[in-house]
Amino acid sequence: MTPSTLTRHMTAWAQATPMAAVFFFFFLVPLALVVMVSFWDYNDYEMIPTFSGRGYTETFEGCLTRLPEMCTMFKTYAKTLKLAALVWALTLLIGFTVAWFLAFHVRSKTWQIALSLVCTIPFWTSNVIRMIAWIPLLGRNGLINQGLLGLGLVDRPVEWLLFSEFSVVLALVHLFTFFMVIPIFNSMIRIDRSLIEAARDAGASGWQTLWHVVVPLSKPGIVIGSIFVLTIVMGDFVTVGVMGGQQIASAGKVVQTHLDALQFPVAAANAVILLGVTLIIIATLSKLVDVRKEL
Amino acid sequence: MTDETTKFIGLSRRSLLKGAAGVAGIAAGSGAITGFPYVKSAEPKVLRYLGTAVNEGDDIAKKCFEDTGIKLEYITATTDDVSKRVITQPNSFDVLDTEYFSLRKLIPSGNILPLNAKKIKQFDNITPVFTKGALPNGKKIGDQGTAPWKVLYLEGENSKTFSKTPTDWVTLIPTVYNADTLGIRPDLIKRPVNSWAELLNPEFKGKASILNIPSIGIMDAAMVVEATGQYKYADKGNMTRAEIDLTMKILTEAKKAGQFRAFWKDFNESVNLMASGETVIQSMWSPAVTKVRSMGIPCIFQPLKEGYRSWASGFCVSKGVSGAKLDWAYEFVNWFLSGWAGAYLNRQGYYSAVLSTAKANMDAYEWAYWMEGKPAEKDIKSPTGQLLEKAGAVRDGGSYDDRMGNVACWNAVMDENDYMVRKWNEFIAS
Repeated sequence: MTPSTLTRHMTAWAQATPMAAVFFFFFLVPLALVVMVSFWDYNDYEMIPTFSGRGYTETFEGCLTRLPEMCTMFKTYAKTLKLAALVWALTLLIGFTVAWFLAFHVRSKTWQIALSLVCTIPFWTSNVIRMIAWIPLLGRNGLINQGLLGLGLVDRPVEWLLFSEFSVVLALVHLFTFFMVIPIFNSMIRIDRSLIEAARDAGASGWQTLWHVVVPLSKPGIVIGSIFVLTIVMGDFVTVGVMGGQQIASAGKVVQTHLDALQFPVAAANAVILLGVTLIIIATLSKLVDVRKEL
Repeated sequence: MTDETTKFIGLSRRSLLKGAAGVAGIAAGSGAITGFPYVKSAEPKVLRYLGTAVNEGDDIAKKCFEDTGIKLEYITATTDDVSKRVITQPNSFDVLDTEYFSLRKLIPSGNILPLNAKKIKQFDNITPVFTKGALPNGKKIGDQGTAPWKVLYLEGENSKTFSKTPTDWVTLIPTVYNADTLGIRPDLIKRPVNSWAELLNPEFKGKASILNIPSIGIMDAAMVVEATGQYKYADKGNMTRAEIDLTMKILTEAKKAGQFRAFWKDFNESVNLMASGETVIQSMWSPAVTKVRSMGIPCIFQPLKEGYRSWASGFCVSKGVSGAKLDWAYEFVNWFLSGWAGAYLNRQGYYSAVLSTAKANMDAYEWAYWMEGKPAEKDIKSPTGQLLEKAGAVRDGGSYDDRMGNVACWNAVMDENDYMVRKWNEFIAS
């Protein structure tokens, strides 16, 4: 190694240090602490720093003994995964369509930029406000029910519009579709237009071009968007809580309930399990596409 | 050396002058004409006050500053978050305003200190509800759950053991309490309601709600279980595992049948659910009912034959408080019990711990309405001057004696709290 390459190596390390330090102190250290606490014991008011699997055994209580009936843990995750799958499918469908429109139907760069900015407008207010805004609309005496009653389409208010899985999915899709639009748009905008022309010249129909050319080339965007949406939905407890009337279980809500009861080790154990499940999902997704290679 | 000393003195004198001018300015601005006792103190008197929104009114802080020169810095959190903060960040507050039922978790942590009853001027005038578990007229009231008199005294200043007999060391100096029951929408129910059993009556399917705090939600459910005659608890506030299973089973069946519209955790959520007609019957707080009514929507804080679920709160200090700050804390607590704040709380529908001083700060017609259950002689206004009730109205549940005398149980933390929380998660997942 010549001195000059050594210097270059040193410079590279030095440049990477600040980000590495941030990751170390604000991500790895807290994560290690959470894992450590998840193996502690606890009583009504404090954590006891002795090794204990209690956080995990209590979390998985009855998961084997009560079969075939599902334990709290499995039921909670079944519900969380169901919500995540629904939200993922809908945000993907809507996000892909919007990105498609922006990338292929809007011709001028100025309009593309302008319309992508329009997509960000909902983000000018906070998550909570955007979520709560649905309540007066969907409620028993809300705008939609009044409309339906007024038109004579129903003779009593539709109850499942609010505080239901429907309202949870609706709010989550509304909140997070944008996280699909941007990465997919980003992938699409870099597709060489001549490939699409070539497909058309070779006699491919619109659908064939979409399925065999555009979708494969948008894969990195789809995977990145999916990772954003799935990780957020898996850990969400605020939207599920408010829109579900606090009656729908989610992995995040279990953590919150234990935190409120000052049972930090069980909360930490649940957080570790949630992290594990989410990591498996991300690992599977990144198996489908080598995001780093495609970028 | 000489130079530095001069400079130091100069600086300190200037800042002292500036500080004094500032305090004098504020005092003049606030119109205090009773002299300026606090100008003498060089340090501004500031107390960081941790609590829920119940007592943390801006008017109280303003009046307290006028009267004592103590500036309150409110740290507002939900009941659960107050406890969390006491456990994890005991140095982030000075004065703690919390409920008695939390004490079974907070006292063993050693993060809060009791106050000395001898230094509380009005301590002997505190209502016997706190000290003896009885009304001023001697009638005993329900003691199920974490009733305040069970956890009022500690054996010593640094003790973590609750004393059964009175000592000088008081865990929380009592401030405010109330009797909670169900709120209903009479215009939508259209018939009399007089039992807790109605909360789970299928007639109100999809229109009922309970509190999303497990320890309180389960007690509301227990009131229903007893009202329907399914079971009689030895202590609703301290259930055995079998009793928890039974209660949660009944709650779960109701949830699966779609009885509940939503659970609420915060004051405004309960107001919105009721005002929008999403719910017609739910567990509620008195000022929330008042708020729904002030929106022009009929709402009743319905007295029920099985009685009320009660709560109470008071003041203590963080373990980090000592010296001058501790003196200010005593000064503040003494001010709080001296009447103005008590009257303020009474006018919100709560009850003040020292009734005599609150009475002295209320008009006779107000006292008759809020405390004696008599029809209002004049329009009843909130502490902020908003019209609450027209002349002629009677308070829901009637007089103090009728309401506090019918308390069935108190908010509690159970011995089996850990088990109960797991059961609550199971209930939510079902």
